[in-house]
Amino acid sequence: MLEKALYGDRKYWTWLAALGAVGLMGVLFYFYQFANGLTVTGLSRDVTWGFYIAQFTFLVGVAASAVMVVLPYYLHHYKAFGKMAILGEFLAISAVLMCMLFIFADMGQPFRIMNMFLHPTLHSMMFWDTIALSGYLVLNVVISRATLSAERKGLPPAGWVKPLIYLSIPWAVSIHTVTAFLYAGLAARPFWMTAILAPRFLASAFASGPSLLILLALILRRVANYDVGKEAIQKLAVIVAYAMSVNVFFVLMEIFTAAYSNIPEHLLHFEYLFFGLEGKSALVPWMWTSEILAVLTLILLINPKTRAKEGLLGLACAMVFVAIWIDKGMGMVVTGFVPSTMGLVNEYFPTLPEIGITLGIYALGALLVSLLYKIALGVRRSLV
Amino acid sequence: MDRRLFVKLTGLGALGLAARPALDLFAAAEIPAHSPLAQRRWAMVMDLRKCQEAGDCEVCIAACHQAHNVPKMDRPDEEIKWVWKESFHHTFHDQEHPYLDEQLRHGPVLVTCNHCENPPCVRVCPTQATWKRDDGIVMMDWHRCIGCRYCIVGCPYGSRSFNWQDPRKHLAEPHKDFPTRTKGVVEKCTLCEERLTRNQLPACVEACPAGALVFGDLGDPDSPVRELLKSRYTLRRKPNLGTQPQVYYIV
Repeated sequence: MLEKALYGDRKYWTWLAALGAVGLMGVLFYFYQFANGLTVTGLSRDVTWGFYIAQFTFLVGVAASAVMVVLPYYLHHYKAFGKMAILGEFLAISAVLMCMLFIFADMGQPFRIMNMFLHPTLHSMMFWDTIALSGYLVLNVVISRATLSAERKGLPPAGWVKPLIYLSIPWAVSIHTVTAFLYAGLAARPFWMTAILAPRFLASAFASGPSLLILLALILRRVANYDVGKEAIQKLAVIVAYAMSVNVFFVLMEIFTAAYSNIPEHLLHFEYLFFGLEGKSALVPWMWTSEILAVLTLILLINPKTRAKEGLLGLACAMVFVAIWIDKGMGMVVTGFVPSTMGLVNEYFPTLPEIGITLGIYALGALLVSLLYKIALGVRRSLV
Repeated sequence: MDRRLFVKLTGLGALGLAARPALDLFAAAEIPAHSPLAQRRWAMVMDLRKCQEAGDCEVCIAACHQAHNVPKMDRPDEEIKWVWKESFHHTFHDQEHPYLDEQLRHGPVLVTCNHCENPPCVRVCPTQATWKRDDGIVMMDWHRCIGCRYCIVGCPYGSRSFNWQDPRKHLAEPHKDFPTRTKGVVEKCTLCEERLTRNQLPACVEACPAGALVFGDLGDPDSPVRELLKSRYTLRRKPNLGTQPQVYYIV
């Protein structure tokens, strides 16, 4: 089955080579970081997590969102998602692997990573997140492999796959819940200490992930002549519209609580995010971009006429993706550190090596998505 | 081990034991004896007025950082600090008001790891590279730390430092009796546990010329820290978080 990835035209190989080259650049930047330490990043005493952890948090959402196609297809037998489900599962696999790479890139002592398993620590949310993510990866690999190989033989999936599929549904919710718990249980960081963080993470995940899936489906129709069907795309668009509405609603809830209670240690973070503090306002233009995009996407997605036009839908999906990437990534992670626990306002800017490593990891993720989609499409084609 | 070596070592050990009382005569200060049945619980009381009256004195910081091979980094955003001075505003920003005594409000406050009763850093660490001992000291294992910095994120007091680069390049003269660290690990004050085992007071306490730092055992009702906590009103940093810091401030 895997050999399907090895048969492609010139365009396919050029694409893979380009991604491989960017990935290699990331690896070279990583060697530089490994040799010199995390001093090559823009991180500091006050802002100890940054670009890597922001990407990690965002991508956990992308991974979890596969459930938005898996659940209707397997639980409700919604047949229109028949060609979409495998795309969602393969996207989840790639996203989880990217998450793991981002965590690895962020570690001060990466060679000691096995200490996580040698000294399992039940009271650490990071331990549980590792379990959740690895479990989710295994589930998706097993499920997608089993269903695809059954499909290739023209048989229904084996009986033991069904329970695993059902398990993968709450498991997807769990990965993003536990990732929110990494942040939401810290007395030291009032910006994150909100019970709505996990629901908000899930809402933004179910908007950004399916948006990406729609974009990928639109691209596959053009470059690979693989059509998931208009109905599937439109159904997913409705899911994005609802999820994005809920996400924006949750953000407004957060802002109300902080602003009306007027407790400085809560409010100052939002002030930094939207207006800047002590003349420091690196995130301000980004956040306003994100909020404006969010409003525009709601207009485009809620209105059935604009949502039905695939060109506009594609644009709206790209905007959702960017809006949430800003808000949930840098906006969510970095603002937790500004002001610091001491009340100091020190900003963070990612450096060239950080951006290089990040692009490299994204390229490797895209490479894996391309290979996996090639396999899925190859299997489907050989059936016809 | 052959017999000769054994005899030599035994002799050396006996010599050490014999020299002990003589050495004690010269020891600056040491921890008072306590009942072997009582559980020790270390704590520190800092008298801010005494400290601030000493002006720019940083003897305690120098003593600690020298004893523990704490490097002097070039970049302020990469500083490694075990004990340092912070403004009152930044230390107690939830407990200040504009009408406080000027000297107190603008004077520096000595801050370090609070060795919390409920340390959030210990709770979040995924490898138990940091843990709380029975005597209350929050310890660090620099060989187990994976450098995820979750403990720094979880600490409400900014008491932890990360080695963003190789610290050994920034040590003028490394102290041979204490380990140096590598890049990529977190470090912080360990309340001089290596000195406590030798029955010595923490380096900062011993070095303070103003007697502003008092160290002792909360488990002993007659200890100097218990006396001070009873007779003087003290503050703790961010008491509402439930971490129960064991560094107390007399203001």
